[in-house]
Amino acid sequence: MSGEVQKEQAGPRQLTLDGIHKRRLDKGRSRIVIAMVLFFGIYAVIAGRLVQLALYPEQRVARVVNNDTAAVVRPDVLDRNGVILATDVRQPSLFAEPRRIIDADEAAELLAETIPSLNVRELREKLASGRGFVWLKREISPAERAAVHRLGLPGIGFTDENRRVYPNGRTASHLIGHVNVDNQGIAGLERWVDAHRQLQPTMARGTSERPEPVRLALDLRVQHAVHAELTDAMHRYRAIAAAGVVMDARTGEIVSMVSLPDYDPNDPREALLPDRINRVTTGTFELGSTMKSFTAAMALDSGRFSMADRIDARSAIQVGGFSINDFRGQHRWLDFTEAFTYSSNIASARMALALGVQQHQEFLRRFRFFDRLRTELPESAEPQYPRQWVPVSTATISYGHGMTVAPLQAVQGGAALVNGGLLIRPTFLARTEAEAREDAVQIIRPQTSVHMRTLFRANVERGTARRADAEGFDVGGKTGTSEKVVNGVYAKDKRLTSFLAAFPMHSPRYIVFVMLDEPQAVPETNGAATAGLNAAPTAGRIIARIGPLLGVQPRMDRLASAAR
Amino acid sequence: MNRARKSWFGEWWWTMDRLLLTAFLVLMGAGAVMSFAASPAVAARIGLDPSHFTIRHMAYLLPALLVILATSMLSPKQVRRVCLGLFIVFLAALAATLFIGVEIKGARRWIHLPVVGSFQPSEFLKPAFVVLVAWLMSERMTRPDVPGNLMAGGLLVIVAGLLVQQPDFGQTMLVVGVWVAMFFVASMPWIWVLVIGAGGAGLLGSAYLTLPHVASRINRFLSGTGDTYQTDVALEAISRGGWFGRGPGEGTVKRILPDSHTDFIFAVTAEEFGIIVCIVVVLLFGLVLMRGLWHALKVDDPFCRVAVTGLVTLFGFQSAINMAVNLHLVPAKGMTLPFISYGGSSMIAVAFSMGLVLALTRRRPRVASMRAYEPARPALAAPVSGQPA
Repeated sequence: MSGEVQKEQAGPRQLTLDGIHKRRLDKGRSRIVIAMVLFFGIYAVIAGRLVQLALYPEQRVARVVNNDTAAVVRPDVLDRNGVILATDVRQPSLFAEPRRIIDADEAAELLAETIPSLNVRELREKLASGRGFVWLKREISPAERAAVHRLGLPGIGFTDENRRVYPNGRTASHLIGHVNVDNQGIAGLERWVDAHRQLQPTMARGTSERPEPVRLALDLRVQHAVHAELTDAMHRYRAIAAAGVVMDARTGEIVSMVSLPDYDPNDPREALLPDRINRVTTGTFELGSTMKSFTAAMALDSGRFSMADRIDARSAIQVGGFSINDFRGQHRWLDFTEAFTYSSNIASARMALALGVQQHQEFLRRFRFFDRLRTELPESAEPQYPRQWVPVSTATISYGHGMTVAPLQAVQGGAALVNGGLLIRPTFLARTEAEAREDAVQIIRPQTSVHMRTLFRANVERGTARRADAEGFDVGGKTGTSEKVVNGVYAKDKRLTSFLAAFPMHSPRYIVFVMLDEPQAVPETNGAATAGLNAAPTAGRIIARIGPLLGVQPRMDRLASAAR
Repeated sequence: MNRARKSWFGEWWWTMDRLLLTAFLVLMGAGAVMSFAASPAVAARIGLDPSHFTIRHMAYLLPALLVILATSMLSPKQVRRVCLGLFIVFLAALAATLFIGVEIKGARRWIHLPVVGSFQPSEFLKPAFVVLVAWLMSERMTRPDVPGNLMAGGLLVIVAGLLVQQPDFGQTMLVVGVWVAMFFVASMPWIWVLVIGAGGAGLLGSAYLTLPHVASRINRFLSGTGDTYQTDVALEAISRGGWFGRGPGEGTVKRILPDSHTDFIFAVTAEEFGIIVCIVVVLLFGLVLMRGLWHALKVDDPFCRVAVTGLVTLFGFQSAINMAVNLHLVPAKGMTLPFISYGGSSMIAVAFSMGLVLALTRRRPRVASMRAYEPARPALAAPVSGQPA
């Protein structure tokens, strides 16, 4: 070890000898100071976080589920006109404090006699468990309460709990959702309420003050009309399921949403059946020719096509080994409007192929067709599209096959086609037009939107959707009939029909979407089961009913009877 | 007590840091009180008698106290010997867990012995490991011919390797972190600081990229989505507590909080006793850390310096990670809160390791310690170093 001699200025004439050892020690000292500073910082952050939590408590666990908690108070849910869709009523529940029970056997016998639905053996087990608190039966009737009260058993008590009631039953089941026995929202908007409102337990609640109600965009009158018409259509066309949406094209507010079959939220056991999914948000479908609306819009918006163009639909075209043909083949050149009203697969494929895969994908991405559409409802589904996107994908997707979307996504896109080109995220909550414009995105040119209105209207006047023409409401729209995929192949006899409409077409205010799952050919539809024969007339009937409710004035010059 | 008369007891009592000892005792007392709050809910949930864990917790306090006091009486030389012995025994035990260990929740960390009961070797191995590493590193400082750092690195590789095999990534991180802290204080060149920092970042990055469960845990932490149930519930408990808590026994979130008596006892404390009490606990841990490092700063003996730094850092990392997880400041990682969480092995091992801190920070005559470490040049060093510049 070699020593070093150092002169220091610090002391007067003092000679200091320092070794490597000492220098190391000094260096070590500064390192320890660094460690002290670091640890001080860590503990300061921890203490700071504690202070933060004390000042601003976080309530992120709305999903704490505990059988012994008291039911919470929920806000009322109102429709846009203030009509109650969901509210709380007080109902007694029966509980026991087993520690205070004197004779568990006797208490069990007496209780089982008084309330026959209680099982003696279970009761005995619960009462003898020695626990502090246990529910015996939630939500009993006032008569049962009085009878148990007369038994005069110590350690048995009642507490008033809040029970959720849906006065309108099935009418808006998928939209509102439902709660579990602890009054916690587990589906639909009720679940959103749990996540976004701070709910107070009953017991902690001193007064009877009620939380601020939740006001929806839903119009109960419209919802009822749509529900009734779809129920009728399901029977009329012998479909296994039906779905319908009415959305305000300018605000994105969902005025009505129905998915059949549905369930009664007052008794939500049926909600677990597999066919009770919400087809509007949780199902994704190949919507068939309805999607040609987006192909036509893409063609016009690109500037490569104009309304004056003619398109060669003389014969089938071959793409990547596939042959694409028309359902109602005209075998001639079609002008642009005809290509739309005849719903020509060949013309759609030609348009999309002319623009190419890149531009096609980019256009669909603008409509957010590749992303899951998230709304206030917890239920949503991821759309499906080809991983390997080849020219034949573009060709088939141009007429609505090979890509699935949730119906609500088609509605969102349909609104953009007619409202001047703004993509507005749909909402179930009341919203103003100004609020909607804040996060709206211009995705097509306003002029394209004007052309689309013309095309939609032409399709109702002289195309596939003639039966949707609710008199005076200037309806426009596009039909689609697709074959369902069963076991990986398209089944000829299982169809999904849809109709994407808007009214009044001269200044579109509302989007109406109707979808029927596996409608059958019935005498009324002349032995066929295409969308123009079932989905379109259903939408026409809906519009004829809801138009007046929504304050849309029928235009007398459009009334066929007035002209006559 | 007569301070002039040098009795054995007086010598021990007056040279020991009584402030630190008091802090340890207060922490142990707080742990006992908190176990009344946190343990019955867990015991009831898994069908044991409600006081099952509380009674055990109490029963471990006395041996823990004895271990602290007994350990604090050791001289540095004895510390090294005892730790060498313990290291060999528990390293063998740790290796044995891989073959005869009891598997709990997918990891083999426990050994079950007749008479002694089950214990977790890694808890006892940690303090012994720290002392041995400090010994090797300080030898390197005083006698450069000994490859101390290399050997200290070898020990780290062996211990970390065995811990990964269990697998116990929390303890592995802890051991590596403490080793790096000791190396840092033992005057590691800055270039090494950079190399180790970059290596650590690289390791974390590759773990994130290659180990799916690590990635998912970090993603859940960052995005706040997915299954963050435990930390959400913990935050809920703390928030419900507020400044003053809901009162002893009034907590409800603890009933649904998994591991409320071990990893999440801090949150339960907040719910029942309030955030002010939690801040006091943080201050106590901070006091131990600062006081311990202050000793390390003052002491001249390189072995004591590095060993105290290591032991205190171990204690500090463990408590900080536990509290930060409870507060959702870092991703969830199972780690007990020293002196407070339930767990016999952990309690005795922490008592031992803090007893070592007391032993190594006792005031000793300066010259004696200098002599002990610079035998090569007593004539040159002794006269001048009495008056440092």
